[in-house]
Amino acid sequence: MSKELHQLGVAELAAQLAARDVSSVEVTQHLLARARQHSHLGAYLAFNDDAALAQARAADARLAAGERSPLLGVPLAHKDIFVTRDLPTTAGSKMLEHYRSPFDATVVAKLADAGMVNLGKLNCDEFAMGSGNDNSAYGPARNPWDAERIPGGSSGGSAAAVAARLVPAATGTDTGGSIRQPASLTGITGIKPTYGRCSRYGMVAFASSLDQAGPMARSALDCALLLSAMAGPDPDRDSTSLDRPTEDFAAGLIHSNTGAADATQASAAGQKDFNRLQGLRIGLPKEFFGEGCAAGVQAAIRTALAEFEKLGATLVDISLPRTELSIPVYYIIAPAEASSNLSRFDGVKFGHRAAQYTDLADMYQKSRSEGFGPEVQKRIMIGTYVLSHGYYDAYYLKAQQIRRLIAQDFQQAFTQCDVIAGPVSPTVAWKIGEKSEDPVANYLADIYTLSTSLAGLPGMSIPAGFGEHGMPVGLQLIGNYFKEAQLLGTAHQFQLATDWHTRAPQGF
Amino acid sequence: MALTPQDIARIATLARLEMDAAHSARMLTQLNGFFDIVGQMNAVDTTGVEPLAHPTAVIDTVALRLRDDVVSESNRREENQRSAPAVERGLFLVPKVIE
Repeated sequence: MSKELHQLGVAELAAQLAARDVSSVEVTQHLLARARQHSHLGAYLAFNDDAALAQARAADARLAAGERSPLLGVPLAHKDIFVTRDLPTTAGSKMLEHYRSPFDATVVAKLADAGMVNLGKLNCDEFAMGSGNDNSAYGPARNPWDAERIPGGSSGGSAAAVAARLVPAATGTDTGGSIRQPASLTGITGIKPTYGRCSRYGMVAFASSLDQAGPMARSALDCALLLSAMAGPDPDRDSTSLDRPTEDFAAGLIHSNTGAADATQASAAGQKDFNRLQGLRIGLPKEFFGEGCAAGVQAAIRTALAEFEKLGATLVDISLPRTELSIPVYYIIAPAEASSNLSRFDGVKFGHRAAQYTDLADMYQKSRSEGFGPEVQKRIMIGTYVLSHGYYDAYYLKAQQIRRLIAQDFQQAFTQCDVIAGPVSPTVAWKIGEKSEDPVANYLADIYTLSTSLAGLPGMSIPAGFGEHGMPVGLQLIGNYFKEAQLLGTAHQFQLATDWHTRAPQGF
Repeated sequence: MALTPQDIARIATLARLEMDAAHSARMLTQLNGFFDIVGQMNAVDTTGVEPLAHPTAVIDTVALRLRDDVVSESNRREENQRSAPAVERGLFLVPKVIE
């Protein structure tokens, strides 16, 4: 049974484009039309069809000239936190409603150089602050599995677009879980790489020591293909980008089975070989498997872990004792850094300027208060407080000290295991508007993802089945620094043996 | 440690945010609720622990690089100013600061 164009993943599309079975222009037109068909999902914020088609034509020309590369001609879309020249960038905020960047983010430029076609900008929580894409100034994004429910956040538009097959891949960013959690809630695959892998140049900054770009797609292989193009040093433009050579994260996946160069062939061959993860120790932190996690989520995770055992992996009990502390630590550090980063929005050189004000100070106050939504203002207030005189030591400094202890806990755990696994989110996707006014309750839901961000470790979410209300559940895999290839390879083996990642929501 | 309305006013001024009475009151409740959980941190013994600012500093020395002191950008003032709220003859306009 042949697939429709929008059902194809990145690797499959690239193969069809390379075989000239379809043109990039055709795929682009198909997906641009499909995006409009499903606008009720609130996934997209902006399009520039002319620019997209020009990119597609350029990719077709490269293909016609005989060029072959893994992403050439394949469409994607970018979270609206990455600046782009050809489209507006709002970061989900009224503050940047009319902002047009004079440059492309490094990650955007790298994927464009690789020949990908940018279909548009994707909705997100305002300034990447949120877990439900219900903090966007431009309306919520919706979960394709149930349009009354959130797709997760902050990369909610990205997750919704990929899950609804509006696009085979999207970029996201993850500061405390914003790639992993929406991937989990929409049944797709996403990875946040080691801090510093991808350049943050052109990524609207939320928390500079935590923000990281990453791919979201429908398989580990597709994520690996994108990450290979996205990652790499950018020393002159992002001083925190790591000076490590570019890596082909997909090489190990494609050749892991029979040495077949073709992804489809490799998949077919791999399915016959079930002990591929022999020797892999998967650590299960007891703090991730206690109370507070919904029964349906736990059941799906346990079933997925049994699958890993069938593949030859060993499950090891470990402890990450400061897991609960990661909540106050993160919610001190991230807002502190955000309050500093968002101080650039003053209505002077870009962004919203109030229409009425008395003097300069009043202009700052009014512009910022009008431009920023309530969650953003709250985090700026928290951040300003913990950095202010008299409180810096007790809060910010203390949090950074505990951060080191949390990172050390992981290093200790990695002496007993190779990869850490557990849930991403304590629950499946909740209904839009359902989360309480109580900020603490909302922040507690981030408990499984925050510590990985604080430590700067790579973390993935892969589809692992369904929980309450028939909603997707994601399994989190956490690796040691720079072990993205191992994480992606482990996920890939799981995806060869199971088919959760191929499930599509009804009607998509 | 509970915050007071005066704290909210002071922090808002530092953050260059203004809020009406209702918003301030909501902010006070939310921030106090938040700082309740932050109290957990006090129980942790962090004597002698170096703060961690750059995540991979746990396994590696992180030295922020300095790039060469050469001009790498061209003059793109018009492009760079196209999102500016008020511009005249290449200058950003703001309310008068000096009398």
